Amino acid sequence: MSVHEISQAAPAPAPRRTRPRRENAGRRPPVSSVRRQSRAGRAASFAALTAGSVVFAYPFLWMIATSLRTRQGVASGGVSLWPVQWAFGNYAQGLGSFPFWRYLGNSLLTTLIPVAGTVLVSSLAGFAFARIPARGRGVLFAVVLGTMLLPAEITIVPQFVLFRELGMVNTLYPLILPYVFGSPFFIFLFRQFYLRLPGALTDAAIIDGAGWLRTWWSIYLPLSKPILIASAVLQFMASWNNFLAPAIYISNDRLKTLPLALAGFTSVNGTDMPLLLATTIVVVLPCVVIFFAAQRHIIGGISFTGTK
Amino acid sequence: MNPVLQQLADLLGRFGLVPGLRPLVVFLIILGALAALVAGALALAVKRRWVRRSTAAFWLFVLPWVLGFALFTLGPMLYSLWLSFLKWDLINPPSFAGTANYRAALHDPLLGQAVKVTLLYAVLSVPAQTVLSLAVALLMNAQVRGIHVFRTIWYVPSLVTGVSQTVLFLWVFNPQYGLVNGLLAHVGIKGPAWFQDPDWALPAAALMSLWTVGGNMIIYLAGLQDVPPDLYEAAALDGAGRWRRLWHVTLPQISPVIFFNVVTGLIAAMQTFTQGYVVRQAGGAPSNSLLFLVYYLYQNGFQFFRMGYASALAWILLAMILALTALIFRGSAFWVYYESASPRARRARVRS
Repeated sequence: MSVHEISQAAPAPAPRRTRPRRENAGRRPPVSSVRRQSRAGRAASFAALTAGSVVFAYPFLWMIATSLRTRQGVASGGVSLWPVQWAFGNYAQGLGSFPFWRYLGNSLLTTLIPVAGTVLVSSLAGFAFARIPARGRGVLFAVVLGTMLLPAEITIVPQFVLFRELGMVNTLYPLILPYVFGSPFFIFLFRQFYLRLPGALTDAAIIDGAGWLRTWWSIYLPLSKPILIASAVLQFMASWNNFLAPAIYISNDRLKTLPLALAGFTSVNGTDMPLLLATTIVVVLPCVVIFFAAQRHIIGGISFTGTK
Repeated sequence: MNPVLQQLADLLGRFGLVPGLRPLVVFLIILGALAALVAGALALAVKRRWVRRSTAAFWLFVLPWVLGFALFTLGPMLYSLWLSFLKWDLINPPSFAGTANYRAALHDPLLGQAVKVTLLYAVLSVPAQTVLSLAVALLMNAQVRGIHVFRTIWYVPSLVTGVSQTVLFLWVFNPQYGLVNGLLAHVGIKGPAWFQDPDWALPAAALMSLWTVGGNMIIYLAGLQDVPPDLYEAAALDGAGRWRRLWHVTLPQISPVIFFNVVTGLIAAMQTFTQGYVVRQAGGAPSNSLLFLVYYLYQNGFQFFRMGYASALAWILLAMILALTALIFRGSAFWVYYESASPRARRARVRS
C-alpha cells in the first residue's frame, strides 16, 4: 500500500473528545427530562436572546444603513435603520479618495504570506512535537507554552532596531517576516490534534519507506484540515487587522495597509460619516466573507482552542 | 542599514538585484547560513552517534520555528533588557545610563496615568466580558432552537476589530449624531460626550470591548456542551433546582474554561493599543484619558525616540502581566475545578 493509499484509507480521526459530545447542538435530541425546560423558561430565554441579539446587531446594521445614506439623510435618519437613500456612490467616492487598490494589495501581501508561512511551520513543528521521539522535546515544548504568555510588545523596540540594521524600515518586510515562522499557539493546536490521531498511521508510513517529512506532508497535514483552516483564518484576522506594526514601520504613503489608511481618515475627512463607514465596511468585508465561507471550521476551531 | 550588510546588499546590486529585494535576500542569506549551521551540526552529531536519527529529524522539523523565535523573540528580548539600561535616541551613539530609565519611570506622572488607564480598563472590561459572554452562552445552551442563528449574530461583530471597530464606535458614541446618544435622547436623557469627555472615554472603550465577546461566547458554548448530562440528572434526582444546578454543576464544570478566558482576556486588555491611538488621532480622549501603557510605550519609542526608556516600559508591562497572571493562577486553586485532579492534589494546590 502506498503512502497515498494509506492517507486515503486512513481511519477517520479518532474522536476528538474522550467524553461523548454532541458536535451539533442544533440537531441534538432532548437528552433527558432534566434538560427539557418548562415552556415558560424557554420562552423567557428565547426573548432574552432575541432582545440581546437586536442590541448586538444594531450597530452593525446601523453602520450599513448609514454608509448608504446621503449627508442630508444622515441628519434626518439619525439612529433609525430606515429610510436609506441607497447612495451607493458613497462607496465609489470613499474608495476613490485614496489609492484603495494599492493599499488592498499591501494588505493582501502582508496577510497571505504570513498565513501560508505560519500554518505550514506550525503544522510541521506540531507534528514533530506529537510524533517524533527526541531528546529535549519536552523542554522545548515547555518553552513553546511559555512564549504563549509573552506579550509581543516586549520586542517592538529591539525588533525596530533589528529591521533598521537590515535596512527594512519603511518596507513591507517587517509586517511579514516576524509572522511567517509559526506561532506557539498554533503549534500547540496542531500537536493536540495530531496526538489524537492513531499512532499506527506513522508506523504504517515508516514501514512503507516514507520518511518523517513524507509522513507529515502526505498523511498528517491533509488529515488536519480543521486545524489548518482554523489557524489560517485566525492568522488572517490577526494580520489583516494588524495595526501596531504598520503604525511603527510605515510612513511612506505608498506602503500603507488598509487599517493604517483607515486610521488616518478619522482626522482627514472624519466629518463625512457615510464615506468613512462605507470605507470601514470594505475593510471589514474580507473577514466577514471568510467567516461565512468557513463558518463551521471557524466555530469548531475556536471551540477547540478554549477547551483543550 | 548595518555597514557590513550594506556591503552585502551592494554586492547583490552588482548582480542586478532590484533595490527592493536586496534587504530580503540579505536576510535570507543570514537565515540560510544559520539553518545550514544547525543542519551541519546535526549531521555530524548523527554520524558520530551522539544523537539518534529521530532526534536530529525532530530538531530539523522545529528549526523554522526555533530560528524565528531566536531572531524575532528571544534575541530581541535579551537586547531589549540591555537597551533598557541605555540612553539612546537612534541618532547619537547610545550611552550607558544604569538604572536611570527605571528610576525615571518611578517618578513619571504620565506612566502613572498609563498604568491607571490600563489597569482600570482591564478591571472594567474583563469581568464585564466574562459575565456577558457566559450569560449569553448559558442562554443559548438552554435554548436549543435557532442556536446557529444566534451564534452567528453574536459572533459576527467580533469580525469588526481594531481600527474598523474603533472608527465605527467613534460614530456610535458621537455626542451629536451618534447611535447611543440618539437613543438616549429618545428617552429624554442627555448622554455624555463619551470619547470627548475625559471621565467617559474609558467607560466608552470598555463598553466597546463588549461588542466583540463572540469568540469567548463560542468557547463557553463548547465548554457547556462538554458537561456530562448525567451530572445534571444526578443533581435533579437529589432535588436541585435550576439555580443550584447552575451553581453546583455547570459553573464548577466549566471553571477551567472561565479561567482560560479570563487569563487570555486579561493579557489582551493589558496590550490594548489601537483604541487609544485611533481615538486620540481623531481628536478624542482628552487629558490622556485613553493613554494605554502600550500606546505610551509606542509614543516613547517611535515619536520621542527614547529607545532606552521605551524598553524599560516594555519590561514594566511584562512584569505587570506576569504578576497579574501569577495572581490569577494562584487564586485559581480556590475556584477552578479539574476533573482529573484528586482531592489530595487539589488541597495541595490550595495550600502551596
